[in-house]
This record gives sequence, C-alpha cells and structure tokens, in this order.
Amino acid sequence: MRGWILGVVAATAMGGAAWAQEVKPAIVYDLGGKFDKSFNEGVYNGAEQFKKATGIEYRDFEIQNDAQREQALRRFARDGFSPIVAVGFSQASAVEKVAKEFPNAKFTIIDMVVDAPNVQSVVFKEHEGSFLVGLLAAKASKTGKVGFVGGMDIPLIRKFACGYVQGVKFANPSAEVFQNMTGTTGAAWNDPVKGAELAKAQIDRGADVIYHAAGGTGIGVLRATADAGKLGIGVDSNQNGLHPGKVLTSMLKRVDTATVATFTQAKDNKWKAGVSVLGLAEGGVGWALDDNNKALITADMKAAADKAAADIISGAIKVHDYMSDQKCPG
Amino acid sequence: MDVFGFGIAIFDSGVRLAVPLLFACLAGLWSERSGVVDIGLEGKLLVAAFAAAAASHRFDSAWVGLAAGIAASIAFALVHGFAVISQRGNQIVSGVAINMLAAGLTALVGNAWYGQGGRTPPLEGAMRYQPLTLPGAEQAAAVPVVGRLYAYVVSGHSVLVYVAIAAVVATSFVLARTRFGLRLRAVGENPAAVDTAGISVTGLRYAAVVIAGVLCGMGGAYLSLDQAAAFLPLMTAGKGFIALAALIFAKWRAWPAFWTCLLFGLLDAVAIRLQGVVVPGVGQVPVQAIQALPYALTVILLAGFIGRAIPPRASGTPYVKER
Repeated sequence: MRGWILGVVAATAMGGAAWAQEVKPAIVYDLGGKFDKSFNEGVYNGAEQFKKATGIEYRDFEIQNDAQREQALRRFARDGFSPIVAVGFSQASAVEKVAKEFPNAKFTIIDMVVDAPNVQSVVFKEHEGSFLVGLLAAKASKTGKVGFVGGMDIPLIRKFACGYVQGVKFANPSAEVFQNMTGTTGAAWNDPVKGAELAKAQIDRGADVIYHAAGGTGIGVLRATADAGKLGIGVDSNQNGLHPGKVLTSMLKRVDTATVATFTQAKDNKWKAGVSVLGLAEGGVGWALDDNNKALITADMKAAADKAAADIISGAIKVHDYMSDQKCPG
Repeated sequence: MDVFGFGIAIFDSGVRLAVPLLFACLAGLWSERSGVVDIGLEGKLLVAAFAAAAASHRFDSAWVGLAAGIAASIAFALVHGFAVISQRGNQIVSGVAINMLAAGLTALVGNAWYGQGGRTPPLEGAMRYQPLTLPGAEQAAAVPVVGRLYAYVVSGHSVLVYVAIAAVVATSFVLARTRFGLRLRAVGENPAAVDTAGISVTGLRYAAVVIAGVLCGMGGAYLSLDQAAAFLPLMTAGKGFIALAALIFAKWRAWPAFWTCLLFGLLDAVAIRLQGVVVPGVGQVPVQAIQALPYALTVILLAGFIGRAIPPRASGTPYVKER
C-alpha cells in the first residue's frame, strides 16, 4: 500500500515537471573532488552562484573511486533529482547507462558527448583557448622555443596541444614547439615529479614558455618553470596565483558558466538534450588576466590576443580541432 | 646543446629520479633482510611526503618537515610492525592496508586542512630544500668531461641526495660488518637459531622496521620538499613498487640496490628526454616506445641477466617460538 502511494507520488513528480516548476539539481564530481582548484571546483562555483541567485538547493557527491560513478548517478536519479550534472569525460559510460534507466530524468555531462534523448552534453572548444595562449606564449618567448606538457596521452589533450601549436605558429611561424606527454595511464595526471622533469628537459632545449594540460602533473611543470626563471601557462582554471609573476596566463574553461546555464535552463523549462559546444563566441573558453600576470602581458600582446579572439569568433581565423580528424596540421 | 651536454642533463635528471627509489629500496632491504616483507613502501613514502609538506608549510622550515615526514613514516612502520611481528599477521595484507590507508588518509586530511583537493599549498623559500653547490664546482665546470661531470651531475643537488648515498654506504657497512647487522641478517634467514642464542627476534625485527620507516620518511620528504615542492594526492605514482622490483633485481644487497636504482632513474630520464627528440638515423621515436623502455628492459634483465634472485629465507613468515 505504502509502496503504491510512493509510486504514484513519484510518477506525479516526474510526469508533472511542467507544472511543478521545481528543479532538484544534483552534481556528481569527478575524481579529484570539488576543491581541486580546477575543473570540479569550477562546477562547484557555478552551482553556488546559482544557489545564491535563485535560492534553489542542490545536492552533490564526490566519488572516491570509479565504481561509484554509476551508483551515485542512479541514486540521484531514483531520488528524483533533475538535472543531474556529471563532471568529466570519464563519466560518459555511467551516464549513458543510467540515462537509459531513467528516461524522465535530465542529465548533463560536461566535457564529453553522450548521445541519448535525455542527456545534454557540454563540451568546450579547448583548441580556441589554447590557440590564444599559444599566441601569447610565442609573443612572450625570447628564444623562439616554447613547450607543451600534456597529462595522459588521449585525443582531448592532443586537442589542447594542437590548438596551442597553431597559436604559436600564427604569432611566429618560425617558432619551435616541444610537445611531451606524461604517460598513458591515469597516474599521468598526478605525477608532479615527472612533470617537473619534462619541463626541465624542455627548458634545457631552449624553451622559455611552457603550457601544461596535465592536471596535478602540471603543478610540477609550473614549479619547474618558476624555479628556472621561465614562464608557465596554467590550464582549466586561473592558476596565475600559484607562482605570481611566473605564470604567463591560464587557459580558462568556464565550467562555472556552463553549470549555471544548465541549471537555469532546467528552472526555466528551457533545458534541451543535445550537444552544446562552448567556444570563444559563447564565453566558454578564454585566457586569464589578473593582478598576478598583468606585468607580463604587454599592451601589444593583449591587443594581438583580443584581435585573434575576435577573428576566431568572426571566422576569419579557423582553429583546427584535433578531435575532428585525429590530425594536426603543421 | 652538444651531445655531451645532453648526456650530462640525462645523468643529472637520472640522479634526481633515482633518489626516492633508492631510499625506498634501502628501506625494503632492511625490512626484508630481517624477515619482514614490506609492500607498504609506497604508503610510507606517501604519508611521509604529506607530513613533510604540511609541517614544512606550517613551520616554514624544510628540516621540521623532514622530521615530521620521518615521524609519520615511522608511525606507519610501527603499525605494520605491530600487525606482523607482535600479532603475527599476514605481511602482504598489512602492507596493502598501509598503502590504502596512506592514499586515503593523506587526501582526506589534506583536503580538510587546505581545501585544495588534497593538495598542500606550494612550498617556497625555506620550506623546501635548495640545491647545494659543492666546493669547487664552479671552477670545475671549465674542466672538460670530469670537471663538467662533477659540476653538473655530482654537485647541484639538495642535501637529501647526498644523504641517500651515505645511506647506501651505511647500510652496506652495518649489515656486513657489525654485530647488529649480522644478527639482523640471521633473523631473516633463521630466526629460530637467533632465538636459541638468546637474542630477541622481535626486537631485531622492530629495529629493522623502524629503520625502514626512517628511510622511507626521507624518501617521501625528498619528493615533496625538493622535487615537487608541494604535496599532491598519490604523488608517489608507484615508486614504492618500482623500488620493490629494484630490490629483487639487486638481490637484497646495498650496492647493487644503488646501481639498480640509478639504472631505473636513468631509464626514466632517458624516457623523458628522448620524447619528441629526433634521434639521428632513427628519426623521432614514438612516445609509447620510449615510455615502455624501462619496463621492457626490466623484464629482459630480470629474465636473462641477473640469474636467480633468492630472498631471505624467513621473509614473509611470522616467527613463532617453538614450545
């Protein structure tokens, strides 16, 4: 009897979303946790911003291992949460599975595309942001040699590298770019020692600006460049403050904006399944300029980066996306 | 850069990468020579790295950090010791538990203290070890080959690197030439005989486990106070396990352990430096091939060249007094 009533209540809650106007947002963070000063924290900041603006509470969960992704998503879906935001490309298979089980719940996955009628996929044009920091790197480099250190060797990271190379060559066609990947396993995201050694190796070869897209490994890269008196470039969130004056800039992925957007759409009943790609035009990517690095960015560099950004938005500059054909020109 | 300079850079990098392995490998050597298998090296390195970074950040001194790292590592070593020596528990299970505890605890406490996903803030100035310039290094740099080797490979590391080399000398000497060392080795081969002679098996094994704790403490501190100058969750990245492999490779001896760790460090450095470099005659070597090199070489060397590696006979078995 009780189960029957609950069932009816649940059915009404799900079916009646149109008139209920109640959103119960939830977030499942990726490994690394919500205070990772990077990707997950961006989502957290966005959610907090939404909460402050609307007063709508949300629930979140920090997974401790891979097996918990699916459990956490299913749990939220069963409890009637919607939209459920899954952070990170590694949640793709879990989202795919759970979305099928709960066709009435809305899922948003960040950084990956999942093709399902109730999943919104938010991906970023990292190559556009990387292009801009590549341009800045080439302009800041005195040796004409710059470096890139990636984390795990996956297409997503190659996409960063490819955009960066294009930006460097755009500003200085004769510049040389050294590219290294830390490894081929998950440990490659958490090896600052190896990151520092890779950076030192690139510095020995003449690089004086090094961009990382390597998570925790990148902390070692920024450390090594700062120690050697060279410049590093941060990624995902604003890392300029890690070594003030030694980090040229950071390539930003505005996951906070994306989170606010998906929650707001759900609240206003405008949430739609499908893929949304956030690039420079949508304010989804960019580069960081703050008190920590303003002495490093000359007016000329800023003007060049702003012009390139405008040209990318207008289509005058086309930045090739590595993931479209698994190739990088030049 | 000339070829020689490139070689120098690889050696320099190899020494840096070998040091944490060497500390962990010596720790394993002490422990296993006394009959206590220690697969918790990874966990001890990790907890030491965390304690060192946190204490150094709090007290603004790398030396306080080192002390805290050693203390934390000894505490974990004693937990292992209590479980497997006093309680005669399974040594592998206890080691696995140590590793899991360290991985979880450091991330949890780190997050609670600093709220940065388990990371500590970057360490600056006196909070970290700076490279030392050995006397005469600057003048020697002008001398070809030998001078440059001295100036760039031998000199220019932090104090813990020289401590690691001193630890090899000390380990080799104490185990081979002193009464304590002889008894310790005996306890790993035939504890009953040692017991019959009226010497405490438990006492010797605890001593060995604590020494292992001290060594792991220094290894962990080197990672977080020198190499990375910050703590990150899981930053040991499997070094404790590679050290175990090096230990087998070295057949549980101090000097071979030194050379093995140096070899592993060099291979790692080669892998890092050769990535994306065009080798004359070969072209650009694929990244994956370079990264697999240390592992492939390990397998080949283990299978073909070093012959049989026989562990201390009593290692892995808890000692039970016969009645």
